[in-house]
Amino acid sequence: MTKARSSLSTKTTMHAVLIVYTIIALFPVFVILINSFKSRRAIFRDPLGLPNEETFSLIGYQTVLKQGDFFLYFQNSMIVTVVSLALILLFGAMAAFALAEYRFKGNTLMGLYLALGIMIPIRIGTVAILEMMVSTGLVNTLTALILVYTAQGLPLAVFILSEFMKGVSDDLKNAGRIDGLSEYKIFFRLVLPLVRPAMATVAVFNMIPIWNDLWFPLILAPAEEVKTLTLGSQVFIGQFVTDWNAVLSALSMAILPVMILYVIFSRQLIRGITSGAVK
Amino acid sequence: MTALKLENVNKSFGPVHVLKDINLEVEDGEFVVFVGPSGCGKSTLLRVIAGLEDASSGTIRIGGEVVNSVPPAKRGIAMVFQSYALYPHLTVRDNMGLGLKQEGQPKDVVDARVSKASKMLDLEQYAQRRPAELSGGQRQRVAIGRAIVREPKLFLFDEPLSNLDAALRMNTRVEIAELHRTLAASMIYVTHDQIEAMTLADKIVVLRDGRIEQVGSPMELYNNPANRFVASFLGSPSMNFLERSVPGLPAGQTIGIRPEHLGLREDGQIFGKVTHVERLGGDTNLLVQTGQGEIMTVRLFGQDPTEVGDEIRVGFDPACAFYFDAQQERIFQQAA
Repeated sequence: MTKARSSLSTKTTMHAVLIVYTIIALFPVFVILINSFKSRRAIFRDPLGLPNEETFSLIGYQTVLKQGDFFLYFQNSMIVTVVSLALILLFGAMAAFALAEYRFKGNTLMGLYLALGIMIPIRIGTVAILEMMVSTGLVNTLTALILVYTAQGLPLAVFILSEFMKGVSDDLKNAGRIDGLSEYKIFFRLVLPLVRPAMATVAVFNMIPIWNDLWFPLILAPAEEVKTLTLGSQVFIGQFVTDWNAVLSALSMAILPVMILYVIFSRQLIRGITSGAVK
Repeated sequence: MTALKLENVNKSFGPVHVLKDINLEVEDGEFVVFVGPSGCGKSTLLRVIAGLEDASSGTIRIGGEVVNSVPPAKRGIAMVFQSYALYPHLTVRDNMGLGLKQEGQPKDVVDARVSKASKMLDLEQYAQRRPAELSGGQRQRVAIGRAIVREPKLFLFDEPLSNLDAALRMNTRVEIAELHRTLAASMIYVTHDQIEAMTLADKIVVLRDGRIEQVGSPMELYNNPANRFVASFLGSPSMNFLERSVPGLPAGQTIGIRPEHLGLREDGQIFGKVTHVERLGGDTNLLVQTGQGEIMTVRLFGQDPTEVGDEIRVGFDPACAFYFDAQQERIFQQAA
């Protein structure tokens, strides 16, 4: 940093604001984490205290691992999230490529139609979706969730990706055509690698709501063998008694995979978000 | 044999008529330059020839065959783009070889042709680098190499030098001219730069608003422009057009005089005042406002002591002047 662009005071203020924000954002996560390692009594007596020799307890984790098929739930969540993301990225990118690359009648209209999904929440159609799933026999399957999440994620994916694909140089695609690459190869080999940051952005934006969703698993797939992690954790929350140790432990563990995926995508994500503004 | 023949080619984008009845022949081994202001349709014409855009009507023949519905890869052409358009994830070698691999050529043929092209373009030491690690000039040479290895019937260049700086542009221009001599291939070259057009072309095609204005060798166009547009487009500094300053010119007519055909003379026909002087060392350009309020450029060879504000008389040889009517067409009988 050069003197001309930043003074000590602005830098300090900037960092102070960011640090305060970070603390506020991370505080609930922190509380969940520390309390998941405490005994039930300690949670209620001193919710903000760190676990010490006296209050430390792994009872929550033990309950979670013993009761219910926690690993099955975990696996279900993973399958639903990963498959949905893969489908969203594949179909979203393909639709975006078509909208960005080809001139055809109704191109703009089609783009607007696809973008409409961003503004209308999919949950409005829950009853219709449930009826559809019942009549196709997909209730209580992971397929039902995957289909719904794919539909839910596509509008934003198409919208973001088509903007990025319009930015890929026409000359490059034409050079590929002259070299005899098929449209599929142009799409997979030339265009997709160049919009990778945008793909990561779309992946992260879609991943978190899918992983955390309670609504559709509760309605479409409440059966034991297809429960997702969020739904599975609900068994510890009763109407009158809640096993807080177990709930907090389950939530702490549920954070992990998302965090790992986020770390993988984050570099690409930051590039994806900033490339529009900086370049 | 003709390398390329266009017959009544038209192209419209929706209601916009971009190319209007283009008829053109390119002989084998000829270097043809399409030149014109931006938006005149020259790049579109090139893309229609390449097959990247479909012609709305008319026929395109490459090497005698009608190629209207042949995909770009099978037309026997190779193209060099303004933005280089190298594949960012492939090495220089793979960039050049990809087209041949797609054609299904055996590996040794690909290797041999790529090596030959790298040698010709002095790219051997960069074979394993990626485009991002090359300078602009090197990238453009890789792009040219990618075209050479395909051994096409017709080379297409789309403003290949526009992204290079002035010195490199000059060098690459010479390289392209040498390449044309070595390969004796037919080439079509699109540019808006009239110096590139004049120096490279066997034949210049001047386009305006999607129409061909004139076709001819550089000197034909310079010495004998068909209309005011062509006259003004070629030559630097560009031709002076005067309506009022030259005595004895009929009303409605315009006289065109090239700056190099004007000189300072005691008995000159035009009287004016110098408003600006550009000293280039080899030449001196004077901007002169005539007594009738028109601006013209006078190009003097060598260095000249004339200062801003000087009042001068400028003369020219009427044989070197061009006359244009109100429709901007050339009036031939008055010339020479």
